[in-house]
Amino acid sequence: MTTGDPTVNKRGEEGRRGFLQVVLGTGFAGLSLSVLYPTWRFIFPPKNTRVAEAVVRVGTVDDFAPNSGKLFRFGDEAALLIRTPDGDFRAFLGTCTHLACNVEYRPDLTQIWCACHDGRFDLTGRNVQGPPPRPLTSLVVQIQEGEILVSRQT
Amino acid sequence: MQIIKLGFEWLDERFHLGDLIEFAKHKTVPMHHSIWYYFGGITLFLFLIQLATGILLLMYYRPTEAAAYESVQYIISEVPFGWLVRSIHSWSANLLIAAAAIHMFSVFFLKAYRKPRELTWVTGLILLALFMGFGFTGYLLPWNRLSFFATKVGTEMLNILPIVGDTMMQMIRGGEHVTGATLTRMFGFHVALLPAMVAILISVHLLFVQRQGMSAPLNIRPPKEMPFFPNFVLRDLMVWIGVLVILSTLSLYFPWELGLEADPIAPAPSGIEPEWFFLWVFQLLRIMPSEVLGVDGRLIIFAVIGVLGIGWTLVPWIDRKAAEGRPNKLLQRAGLFLLVAVSILTIWAKFFHHA
Repeated sequence: MTTGDPTVNKRGEEGRRGFLQVVLGTGFAGLSLSVLYPTWRFIFPPKNTRVAEAVVRVGTVDDFAPNSGKLFRFGDEAALLIRTPDGDFRAFLGTCTHLACNVEYRPDLTQIWCACHDGRFDLTGRNVQGPPPRPLTSLVVQIQEGEILVSRQT
Repeated sequence: MQIIKLGFEWLDERFHLGDLIEFAKHKTVPMHHSIWYYFGGITLFLFLIQLATGILLLMYYRPTEAAAYESVQYIISEVPFGWLVRSIHSWSANLLIAAAAIHMFSVFFLKAYRKPRELTWVTGLILLALFMGFGFTGYLLPWNRLSFFATKVGTEMLNILPIVGDTMMQMIRGGEHVTGATLTRMFGFHVALLPAMVAILISVHLLFVQRQGMSAPLNIRPPKEMPFFPNFVLRDLMVWIGVLVILSTLSLYFPWELGLEADPIAPAPSGIEPEWFFLWVFQLLRIMPSEVLGVDGRLIIFAVIGVLGIGWTLVPWIDRKAAEGRPNKLLQRAGLFLLVAVSILTIWAKFFHHA
C-alpha cells in the first residue's frame, strides 16, 4: 500500500536528495574554507620580530650639539633624536600623529615640526600647535660610555 | 533570493543571458569512458591554480639579485602558509606540463587533430611551448644555485645557433652573462609577457573547441552524445577535485626545496640539471659527440629537434588518411617511437646518468 503511494515515494526521494545536498554542501564549504583561510592568512605579512631593532645605536654624545636633532632608522620607521638647548637627549618616533609625515627638529623654533601641515610639538613631544591630535610616541634614550642607545618603551 | 532574481533579470534584459542558458542546456559532448579526455581540462585547472598562487607569491617576491633568494626564504619560512603556496605553485607547474604533454599525446594517438581541428592542434602546441617558457623563466626566480647554473647552460645553448644565436642569448639574458639583469628580465617574462600570451591563446584554443565540438575517436561513430551541463561539467569537476587532492598531497609531503643561494663566482655544483621536461634535450646534448663530420654536435641536435618540431606541428596536414577517417599506421608508429624515445632519454638523464 505504501509502495504504491506516489507521495511517500516522492518524500523518500526528497529525503535522500536533501541528505546528499547537505553532504555535498558541507564538503564544498569545507573545501572552500581550506582554500580561503590560508589565502587570507598569506596576504598579511608576519609581524616584524627581528631582535636587532630593539636597540638602535644612534651615535655618540659628541655628535650632537645642544639644540639639534636627527632622524634615524628605527626598525621599519623613522625616529627622531633631539638634544635640547639644556643638553638633554630625547627620542621619539618620527611619525607625526596627524597624517604620518616625518617630523623634524627646528632649532629656530626649539620645537619639533611637521612640514606637511605645520604641526608642532614641544621638547617633550607634546602637540602644542596645529592639527596633530596626540603627542609623539616617546622612546627610551640610554647613554652608555658616550654611546646613545634608543629603544622602545617597555 | 529575491535580490539574485532581480539582478539576473536586470542583466538578462541587457545581455540576453537567457539565450546563453538555453545554449548551455542543449550543448552536448561525445559520450566516452576514456580518461584521456580529461587532460585538457586538468591543464586548464592547474593553470588557474598557477594564476592564483602566482598572484599570491607576487605579494612578497622581490625580483632582484640581492633580494630574490631572501624573499623566497621569507615566504617559505615566515609568511603564514607561504611554504604551502610556494610548494603548490612549484608542484602545480610540473603537473601542468605533464598534463599538457599527456593531453598532446592523447590528441595525437586519438587523431583528434584531423580536419577540421588543425588549428586547435597548432594553438595547443604553442601553449605547451609557452608553458615550458613559464617553467624555464620561473626556475630562475628563487635565485638558487641549481637554477642559476641551469639558466646559464640553457641560455648558453642559444649561442650555438649560427648568426642569430648571440643576439637572442643577449636578449634573454639582458647582457652578456646571467646576472641580476637576467633575473629581472625572466621575472618580467614570467609574470607579464607569458601570462598575456597564454591568456589569448587559451581563449582561442577554447573558442575553437567550443565552435567545433569535441572530437570523437575514428572507431566510434556516430558517437553517442551526453549533455555538457550538468553531466560532463560534474565529471570534469570530480576529476579536478581528484587532481587537487594529488596536488595537495605532493605539496604537503614533498615540499619544494629552495636549495642554496646562487653565487655567481662559485664553481658549478655537481648534479646541475634543468627541469625534467627539458631533460631529454639535456641528455641528447650529453651523449652527442662534440663534432660529427666536422659539424658541431650541438648544432646537429638543434637541427634534428627543429625538424621534428616542424613535422610535429604539421601532423594534421601530413596525416591525410586521418582526415578521410582511415587509420595511419606509419604515423602512429612514428609518434609512438617519439614518445618512447623522449621518455627513455628523460628517465636516463634523471636516474641513470650520475655514475
